[in-house]
Amino acid sequence: MTFPLAWHRLWAIVLKEFVQMRRDRITFAMMVGVPLMQLVLFGYAINTDPKRLPTMVFDADQSPYSRSFVASLENSGYFDMLTPSPTVAAAREAMAIGDVQFIVSIPPDFSRQLVRGEKPALLLEADASDPAATGNALAALASLNQSALQHDLTGPLAKLASGSPPFEARIQRNYNPEGITQYNIVPGLMGTILTMTMIMMTGMAMTRELERGTLENLLAFPVHPLEVMIGKILPYIIVGYIQVAVILTTAHFLFQVPIAGSLPMLMACVLIFLAANLTVGMMFSTIAKSQMQAMQMTFFFFLPSMLLSGFMFPFRGMPQWAQIVGSGLPLTHFLRIVRGIMLKGNGWVETWPNVWPLLVFMSVVLLIGFKRYRRTLD
Amino acid sequence: MSIGYAIDVRGLSKSFGSKRVVNELSLRVEEGEIYGFLGPNGSGKTTSIRMLCGLLTPDEGSGTCLGFDVRTQSAEIKKQVGYMTQRFSFYEDMSIRENLDFVARLYAMPDRKQAVEASMEGLGLADRAQQLAGALSGGWKQRLALAACMLHRPRLLLLDEPTAGVDPKARRDFWDEIHRLAGQGISVLVSTHYMDEAARCHRLAYIAYGNLLASGTPDELIADSGLTTFAVQDDSPALADQLRKLPGVEQVVAMGTLYSVSGQDGELISQGLTGLGNLRFAQIDTGLEQVFIRLMDKVEDPAQ
Repeated sequence: MTFPLAWHRLWAIVLKEFVQMRRDRITFAMMVGVPLMQLVLFGYAINTDPKRLPTMVFDADQSPYSRSFVASLENSGYFDMLTPSPTVAAAREAMAIGDVQFIVSIPPDFSRQLVRGEKPALLLEADASDPAATGNALAALASLNQSALQHDLTGPLAKLASGSPPFEARIQRNYNPEGITQYNIVPGLMGTILTMTMIMMTGMAMTRELERGTLENLLAFPVHPLEVMIGKILPYIIVGYIQVAVILTTAHFLFQVPIAGSLPMLMACVLIFLAANLTVGMMFSTIAKSQMQAMQMTFFFFLPSMLLSGFMFPFRGMPQWAQIVGSGLPLTHFLRIVRGIMLKGNGWVETWPNVWPLLVFMSVVLLIGFKRYRRTLD
Repeated sequence: MSIGYAIDVRGLSKSFGSKRVVNELSLRVEEGEIYGFLGPNGSGKTTSIRMLCGLLTPDEGSGTCLGFDVRTQSAEIKKQVGYMTQRFSFYEDMSIRENLDFVARLYAMPDRKQAVEASMEGLGLADRAQQLAGALSGGWKQRLALAACMLHRPRLLLLDEPTAGVDPKARRDFWDEIHRLAGQGISVLVSTHYMDEAARCHRLAYIAYGNLLASGTPDELIADSGLTTFAVQDDSPALADQLRKLPGVEQVVAMGTLYSVSGQDGELISQGLTGLGNLRFAQIDTGLEQVFIRLMDKVEDPAQ
């Protein structure tokens, strides 16, 4: 009996695989590109401990003590002081849009009560729709009330510095008072699932025609490229809506995620997001030469979408460049829209700043896809 | 405008990269004519057909297809041309009826349902209407493809090797159908490798390495070749080499129990055959195959 494996046959297969690998440029690029991208994103862009979160301070007291407290907030590194809006209401508006993470309100008689040892309270409102983004900042705050005024409380006030904290920082978690992670993750999942399936399905829809040779026939028929593209996108919009219905129903009954805003508005935004993703898929399918390549391109797009959109890791924790890249991804804006509508109950005014980037994105990608669409076999 | 010509193109050229696939092709196909398009593999037949129906844009040249400009009016051409691709290009995961229905919708046929049923009836596909196209055998796939490209009642059919890999009976049925259609005034341009099919065309064009080498009716091509052919009644294997060495002999083909020997100078070959001793031979009609082999031998593959 001879050994069933022969070196020359094995080697023949190995060589053949390498030859085919070399021919498939995109696959080869992916093999190098995906690990490289993961490394860069995980290594540099992702930070689970976001610092310098945008904060507005309404200091009605304007005393050395209140200024000291604000300074120590800043020194903790977690808070970045913005020029406050004219009113607290306007600041809350900015929080709904997502421009402000924290609002600190210091009452007018803060220093008077402090000096009297009445342990005054100041209010810190946090946008807690993403508990992960605010968690560390709030933890840092907890120790601040003990140490912030250490240097100011001297002389006769020194006794205030020791013992229980001289003032109380009340934290109000807006939008997600209990800090339930699911409230943030489940709406986010809707965006990620839609990104994944929509791009993949349309990406493969056109390359399937190319791969199976049916494209030649399709091109020989008197049909306009736009008719083909839109005709291929429409069925997937319906599929997308079915997915949304499944996710929302599950989110509601299994995780009790609230829908604070208007459902029809959410559905309208879903439509824009679906269309944006489907155009990406269509564009990929005009580039990819096989369904396999379309699939790989989908992953290449999906990965940064997951990591840089604020789905997995806090958006504000990322460096500037990563935030810019993230702002170019439809998922980033959709996450803000969905979390805004579902958790914050946002209306059109607060939603619009994240809707127009989707429309711009979609138009640009559609244009590229249309330009690249094969009208002939040239 | 060329009236009376289904296809009238001059100087069509097409290159892919540095390779010139079609070189200044001029072609005239009369209405109601079955025009055979012959040539070795890779000679530019498919590229030529694709240029005619707007799938490829010619680099040079001009002309009309059904009176429409091949460069600018490909949308109009597509509406009135039925193109059958070399490789089966219908949806294998759809049934015959679904495929035909799809095509009928694309052409916005007014009486869609009847048209689909009628075309299936006409080509004997009705019994298999529900069968998935992918499950059909080669012959039935060709029938489906023909039914689909006939569905919108085109004035011109462009058939790219429609019978490759199809059994003889199915091929004959297919050609009967094509002749029936031509009888109705439909023009047909068909590429093929089969000589019996070439013989059933009204006119032929022979193209090799992008160049049109000859065109005319089958009889004209045979006459123009100047070949004389003899059938030699002997099948001993050793004879083939002897025959090839005879003066004036250009082609020797073993065919079962006889050899067919052809050359330009019939007189010379006849003398040579007599000289070989007691061979039984007789002059026979030269076939298209000999004509085309001769054409092929005359040109050199520029790639070699």
